Order: sequence, then structure tokens, then C-alpha cells
Amino acid sequence: MKLELNVNGEVRHADVRPAELLLDVLRENFGLTGAKPGCRNGDCGACTVTVDGWPMKSCLMLAVEAAGKAVQTVEGLGGTPEQTAFVEKFAFQCGYCTPGFIMNVHALRRIHPQADEAAVRDWLQSNICRCSGYEEIREAVECVLRSRPPADNEP
Amino acid sequence: MIPFDFDYYRPATVQEAVSLYARLDREGKRPLYWSGGTEIATFARWNRIYTEAVIDLKAVPECRALTVGDREMTFGSALSLSEIHDSGAFPLLGETGGGIADRTSRNKITLGGNVCSRMIYKEAVLPLLLADSDVLVAGASGVRRVPIGRLFDRSMRIGRGEFLVQFVMDAGYRTMPYASVKKRKASAIEYPIVTVAALATGSGIRFAFSGLCDFPFRSAEMERILNRRELPAGERIRQAAARLPAPVIGDIKASAEYRKWVWTITTEDVLKALEPQA
Repeated sequence: MKLELNVNGEVRHADVRPAELLLDVLRENFGLTGAKPGCRNGDCGACTVTVDGWPMKSCLMLAVEAAGKAVQTVEGLGGTPEQTAFVEKFAFQCGYCTPGFIMNVHALRRIHPQADEAAVRDWLQSNICRCSGYEEIREAVECVLRSRPPADNEP
Repeated sequence: MIPFDFDYYRPATVQEAVSLYARLDREGKRPLYWSGGTEIATFARWNRIYTEAVIDLKAVPECRALTVGDREMTFGSALSLSEIHDSGAFPLLGETGGGIADRTSRNKITLGGNVCSRMIYKEAVLPLLLADSDVLVAGASGVRRVPIGRLFDRSMRIGRGEFLVQFVMDAGYRTMPYASVKKRKASAIEYPIVTVAALATGSGIRFAFSGLCDFPFRSAEMERILNRRELPAGERIRQAAARLPAPVIGDIKASAEYRKWVWTITTEDVLKALEPQA
């Protein structure tokens, strides 16, 4: 089927099977490899993107379900406070989980800018860091949530 | 990837969805209704499910309804568990649904999808049972409204081609004292050893359980025993345990004996917390 998706503010087209997962279309058809295949089972969060602002595991979503919605991958962020905080706090080791964490935190800051510790913990439990760098990730998230609310013109 | 092909349909009305199913079924496509789709996608990858057509219900407005009126509240079957949680409309439902999977997955998992799951837990059904919800079920003959107690017996007993549209319950339940406790083996995200949900109403405490037997349930007989205040809580729970509707399950997470013990102490905690408020 012919599929039209809005990804990172750009309209993109692909000829895909309706059974194709969003993760695979982003990577294989559009060359956007920021969303990572990890468990491919909805457990690890490495493939997290946002769809209409909500974090979604792209391995659990058909690409066709995203038609008509705004898909954002880590490639579409371009220097957000989350990315800066992850660098400054050394909140990564191998980096494989980092795009998923960043997309989740990016959505959290926009949806719940006043998120308390319980909400932060609840949201971040969706992502697994195989290097177990959770303390640095927590510091980065805390830093970015305490800094400032998202501006309207941020991606 | 999903190792087989299927067609994708996104009907805009209840009638269109039902008609599509009937046509695709006649054509031998083995259609499936798709709501969040997380379980279908997962099972498809494992070759534990097969279909040649999915019918996505998320564009059907009735399936996305969330209303709280003076008398009734309504939850569409295609609302995500996160949407229900964040709305605060029915805290018992929001909190119980909020214990399922992880937050990002709950952005996709829907209320209807969870209660129709092939897994044994279906924890989102517990508050619906406690609140004596009605279920709006769409099928070839239209939409029927059925008390959940007549529809849910170990699983949702709906006919071929039918799907759940909405759950409707008395709005009074949203402010009643409640408890929702999920006991897991180790991590914060996993299936339960046992989940106990309870609602303190004017006529006593209602209980529903998941994880204890191989289906979720609310038992009127157990509830009567658990509300016999003339007996000590421990004795009530012991007597209620003798009326379980099926054997307690034992698996890699917990032996049957351990699971029953966890259920006992959790139920006792819930009784102690809610009894003064009932």
C-alpha cells in the first residue's frame, strides 16, 4: 500500500505492507535509524518515538496507524534541553538506549512539565539501559525538568 | 517484523466496522478487530495468531468517548490506559490500569484490548466488575447494552463479529473509597502474583482479583464472607479461600502456596484499610 507519513515535520512516502511496523518503516524506508530495534517486543523502549506528542514504542505500532499523525524521531529534535542534559550529565555509556530515553523524556517535559518524582519514575520505567546508567539518566532528567518548561517553538 | 500479510481497515462508524467484519469473515480473511493492537502485534510476531485483515477501531468516535455525567460515566473501548489514568475520571480504573505493563506501552494499550486479552490477567476488568458496569456491544443486530456480570465469565463472552464499544457505569462509583494493590515477584513491571481491587460501597466492600486463578473474577459468595464483620478478618479470608472459583495457579513467579499467602495478606490489608470507610 502507498503510505504517507508526517515524520519530523516532513511528508514522506513509502510503499509498504500494512503489516509493517513503524520501527521498520522509519529505519528501512526512511533511513531514520535513531529509533533502535532492541527487544522488538515492547519491553526495552529503545525504539521509542513520539506520535502526536505521545511516546510510543514503534515496535508495537503499525506504520499505517501513524498515518495522519505527527511522528517525531530523535533525528527531529535537533539540540533540545534533553539532549544537552544527557551529554552534560554523561547519561549514556554505549548509547543504544539513549534515543528512546530522550524521546520519552522529551514527551514527559511537554505533557507533564511539572512531573513529580513518582511520575518521572513511572514514565522512565518504560526504558531499559543495558549499561545500567540509571543514576546519570535520573540526574539528566531531573536537570532538564527543573530547568524550564518547553517553549512553543521547540521541536 | 510480522511474518505474514494482512489488510488494514479503519472504519469511521460502528456500523461500518461490523459490516466490514461480516464481509471479510465471509471472504475467509479471519478478520480481527484492532484497538491498541499491542497483543496482536506481539502474538503475530510469535506466530501465535493469524489474520488476513485487521479492523482498527480507533477512528470510531463511540470507542473513543470519555464522559462523566451526573448519573453515568462512559469509557470508550479504544481509550488508552494512559488516557484513562491521566483523566482522573475514575481513579480506581485509572490506578488499576496504571499497573499494567509500562507507561509507554499503556499509551497504546486500550481498555477494550486489555479486557479482551488472551492473557489470563486482564486487570482492567476488575474495576469494571466492581462498578457493575454495563457493556455496549456492537454486532450485526446493532448495539446491545449488557451488564458486565452477564458478559464476563473468565473472559468476555461476545459473539463472532461483535466488539466492545463502551463501558458505562454509575458516576457515584468514582468517589467511593477504593484500593488497588498489585503484588509482583521482583520488578516494577511484570505480570502480577496477585492483584486485589476493592471498592467500599454503602452496602459493603466489593472485591475482584486477578492473578490468583487463571482468570480474573469477582465472586458474590466470597464477597459475602469477606463482609461478615462479626468474624475476625483472618477467619473471613480463610473461609473465602475455600470458595475460590478455581485452583490457585502456580508458576515460575510463585508457587500456588506462596501466591495464596500473598493474596491472604493483601486482602487482609485491603480489608483493614477499607472497612472503616464502608
